[in-house]
Amino acid sequence: MGRYVARRLLQMIPVFFGTTLLIFLMVYSLPGDPVAGLFGDKGASPSTLAELRHKYGLDQHILKQYWDYITGIVLHFDFGTQFRNDRPVTEVLGDAFPVTIQLAALAFAFELVFGIGLGIIAGLRAGRLADNAILIFTLLIISIPVFVLGFIIKMVFAFQLGWIQPNVSNDQLLSEMIAPAIVLGGLSLAYVARLTRTSMAENLRADYMRTAVAKGLPKRRIIGVHLMRNSMIPVITFLGTDIGALMGGAVVTEGLFNVKGVGGLIYESITRREGSTLVGLVTVLVVVYLVTSLLIDLLYAVLDPRIRYA
Amino acid sequence: MRGAKSAKWVAGAIIVALAATACGGGNDGKGDSAGGKVDPNGIFSVELGEPEKPLLTGDTMESNGSAVMAGLFSTLVDYKADGSLEMINAESVTSTDSKLWTVKLKKGWTFHDGTPVTAKSYVDAWNWNANIENAQGLASWFADIKGFEKVHPEEEGAKPTAKTLEGLKVVDESTLTIELSKAVPYFAHKLAYIVFAPLPESFYKDPAAGGQKPVGNGPYKFKSWDHKKQIEVVRYDDYKGPNKAKNGGVIFKNYTTLEAAYEDLKSGNVDVLRQIAPKDLPVYRQDLGDRAVDQAYSAIQTIAVAFYADQWKKPKTVDPRVVQGLSMAIDRATITKTVLNGTREPATGWVAKGVLGYQPNAVEVTKFDPAKAKELIKAGGGVPNNKISIQYNADGGHKEWVEAVCNSITQATSVECVGDGKPDFQADLTARKEKQVKSLYRSGWVLDYPVNANFISDLFRTGAGGNQGDFSNKELDAKIAAADSAKTLEESVKAYQAVEKDLVNYMPSIPLWYYKVNAGYSENVSGVAYGQDGDPILTGVEVKQK
Amino acid sequence: MPDVTKTADAAVVATPSVDAPAPQAKPEKPRSLWGDAWRDLRRNPYFIVSSVLIFFLLLIAAFPGMFTSASPTAGDLVKHYIGKPELSKIGSEGWLGYDIQGRSVYARLIYGTRASIIVGICVTAIVTVLGGIVGMIAGYFGGWVDALLSRITDIFFGIPFLLGAMVVLQAFTERTVMVVVFALAFLGWTQMARVMRGAVITVKQADYVHAAKALGAGTTRILFRHILPNAMAPVIVVATIALGGYISAEATLSYLGLGFAAPTVSWGLDISAGVQAIRTSQHILLYPSIMLSLTVLAFIMLGEAVRNALDPKLR
Repeated sequence: MGRYVARRLLQMIPVFFGTTLLIFLMVYSLPGDPVAGLFGDKGASPSTLAELRHKYGLDQHILKQYWDYITGIVLHFDFGTQFRNDRPVTEVLGDAFPVTIQLAALAFAFELVFGIGLGIIAGLRAGRLADNAILIFTLLIISIPVFVLGFIIKMVFAFQLGWIQPNVSNDQLLSEMIAPAIVLGGLSLAYVARLTRTSMAENLRADYMRTAVAKGLPKRRIIGVHLMRNSMIPVITFLGTDIGALMGGAVVTEGLFNVKGVGGLIYESITRREGSTLVGLVTVLVVVYLVTSLLIDLLYAVLDPRIRYA
Repeated sequence: MRGAKSAKWVAGAIIVALAATACGGGNDGKGDSAGGKVDPNGIFSVELGEPEKPLLTGDTMESNGSAVMAGLFSTLVDYKADGSLEMINAESVTSTDSKLWTVKLKKGWTFHDGTPVTAKSYVDAWNWNANIENAQGLASWFADIKGFEKVHPEEEGAKPTAKTLEGLKVVDESTLTIELSKAVPYFAHKLAYIVFAPLPESFYKDPAAGGQKPVGNGPYKFKSWDHKKQIEVVRYDDYKGPNKAKNGGVIFKNYTTLEAAYEDLKSGNVDVLRQIAPKDLPVYRQDLGDRAVDQAYSAIQTIAVAFYADQWKKPKTVDPRVVQGLSMAIDRATITKTVLNGTREPATGWVAKGVLGYQPNAVEVTKFDPAKAKELIKAGGGVPNNKISIQYNADGGHKEWVEAVCNSITQATSVECVGDGKPDFQADLTARKEKQVKSLYRSGWVLDYPVNANFISDLFRTGAGGNQGDFSNKELDAKIAAADSAKTLEESVKAYQAVEKDLVNYMPSIPLWYYKVNAGYSENVSGVAYGQDGDPILTGVEVKQK
Repeated sequence: MPDVTKTADAAVVATPSVDAPAPQAKPEKPRSLWGDAWRDLRRNPYFIVSSVLIFFLLLIAAFPGMFTSASPTAGDLVKHYIGKPELSKIGSEGWLGYDIQGRSVYARLIYGTRASIIVGICVTAIVTVLGGIVGMIAGYFGGWVDALLSRITDIFFGIPFLLGAMVVLQAFTERTVMVVVFALAFLGWTQMARVMRGAVITVKQADYVHAAKALGAGTTRILFRHILPNAMAPVIVVATIALGGYISAEATLSYLGLGFAAPTVSWGLDISAGVQAIRTSQHILLYPSIMLSLTVLAFIMLGEAVRNALDPKLR
């Protein structure tokens, strides 16, 4: 086990550097000078631009810039400074992540409870009415684009019924986060339900189930322990990769509900060529992704005794 | 995401102080219509995006930062709705030859930290802002002042040879003189701009802190800035200016989208909006009734010609009649009414409304006349390749009208026309700066100072900052130079009026329409008016007692 | 937006992966996996409905002129907003109303089909081929080749899908169909590589592969004759479901103003334009949304049906 974890951690190193370098190069190759963009229509003198480029190290070679940036992160936890407002990126990220994590956690809980719940109902009633109804419901959710779904929810619950506030206020209360969390988690909910259903239906016919039934175990125990434990592996894999996706993929949802989190920051830093902010965001998201995928693999061993890591 | 103001870089953030009611569109000015009494210490909220840069007087050029800065700082002068000057911190601004200007300050003014505002506060601030080493975006505003090249050399990498502007002199505690390198009749109007605001001594010790917690001399005192959430300012009780705040303070609330802000206005969570989201424009007048604001401000949208593009240059420079024809093929009246929801007003010249020297119906080429359009294009030798494109930035809400303009041109003249959307403003600007525009491009202009010269000289003079299409004509340059060297402001304005009428013979750009402020406010406030730059005038807002 | 990654993810983990036995034909019945699947599919109502839908969509995409004579680009501003739908006049120019520019919503729906379908199919094709090759090589050869390719896949997988696509799109000033396809495929291939690798590793251990090796078959022959046909099933399932996801992703990017640019006609563009008119003319948003959802639904339903047919454990 220890050796496995060590090997996995070693594998993460090239991935971490590779991903950050890749996004760094991608941002660098974008057309549009981030410094010239500061001045808009009316422009600034070449000397002013040169002065600013020098200040932010943009006159250095690209690889040198990457090296300075990444050593800053690794050694000093320094993510650089934004061009626009001279704010340290660490501070900007520190503002954006808490609310996004809150939102993602809520969305995650939502998809976990309702997704698995619906999946179990459908799986146990495979082929019957409830199964088909859930299938159609989930397919519909999957096929409606996020921005249309968000719009519908806002229209109905905020404007027609008046149950919720249309936007998340600056206090960022948890109660205001429910609607955006449902929109954000809706799609994943549908997938979780589909996965649970498929996995349950498969395992219902497995030999160990027959054995359990033959042993005369109570139904509750058969389903709760034997079936669930074996059916959860694909679901957990999905949920694991989804944590990162929920955090980095909320661009549309956050915009719709005025949440000032990571999604809006991604959009803003792309259009403003705030390279250091964008790379910082990706760095955090990559670490989240790497850590969750390691945890998931370790969780397999707990769930499925056949899997052993040497 | 955020539907930024169409002319995204709204530059002139100048409060039209006492002119509040004079140009207030949907404002009834009574203040107690709903029965509530006015609370002189009431605090209200304004919708705002996160300022893009620190709050520095020399670097605040987009509309979000400007709105805050306008409350925190007062400049020497300000201007009224008709473009005439009003003294704020200055007792007088005088000149006999438009070259040497003398400024006398009102006595007894203090910064928010209690230190006095003196002539030195101004001179030091201007020197700091002009210095290349501080890389302030608005430094070029000091270019008129003698010795600017030494403090701010133009070439890349050049080092300054002086730390102070030669033309600035402190005469005594409350008098300073400004010597310009050549006569500028409208220089006093430029002094209203935020870059000419004074700075306290404490600023120079830590300019970075000054950008986060600015100490100004304006009607409001800075309180806090919770990034991307809100900025709070409170009334400065020792303020001596004529535009003392009628409320206790302002909270600038951050919204990521205008849609969200509008929803919050309707549910009473924010008091004053600066603009209405496109999707709410068709209905906001019904929604808000007399709290809907619909008022002109001094900005214009044009389609400029990229004269360096092969299409217009080879084999010979395009005949102005072709551009005149294109201009007359655009049905401005219908487009502004439909696609733009009445948020613009068809332009009849190059100078926007509310500016000194604005003349209604300056030119004829903005009339929609398909027959004449065809005729002119034919007479001018036709559009090369019979195809044009209009470059615009897709993140500024321009797509709809560009498509409509193209449709209009194609229908009227059968010249093929497509929109050339660049993904964002950055890419659009880069293409313009690197001279990659293939045919035509969208170009908006918001006033810097309320004189018609700003809409002509700064856009069409050879090498002018706003002249990105490489338009160059010696005749026109000479006329502009003549207008600039006029003895008095009035004469200069008159000369520029003649130049505006003359522009039809050069057609450096096609005027489309003037901007309007489309905004609204809640039932908690009254006396809401908007300045010529489109921003609400904070000091005049009255908050009702709860 | 996590749509696409999720789509593919869901299918990845749902298909028989590493520890599942490879689908094998029973010796006494000379029927193949594909034959079985086909018989199964023909009886599946979801398959029938989605195939009919997809057939029509392909037809519209290929010959838009057959369905409407109206132009999708020429607009008449007089019809702006006044041009409300007249649903009774089915198929006429104005039966679904007019958009902001006074263009026929119906004509734009018809002509917009092509962009969405091309994006869906092209991205899926590129991603399947590219990801398939990488996954196959990694899975078959194992060892350092696998380690290297897997790390490269991880590097691309580490960048959030929507974020990556946004950055790539931003790099292009012309937004043609091919640019959008490239942006989506740039990070999309990693899914396929992972699925393929998993499938190949499973199949590699099957008896018939060992038998072929023992009989002296070459690497190429083993790969293409024995492994590929048997490892294709999960890839096809993921590909079909992902296709719907890519179409949805294009719409999202267009909604954010980063997808197609005019004069390309696309549902995503029309949806984002429709949002602007939502307060007065809901039909401008409604119909492209319905078309988009229907298309995505059709491909995802097809994917579900194919999965059920190809997965013997579900039979």
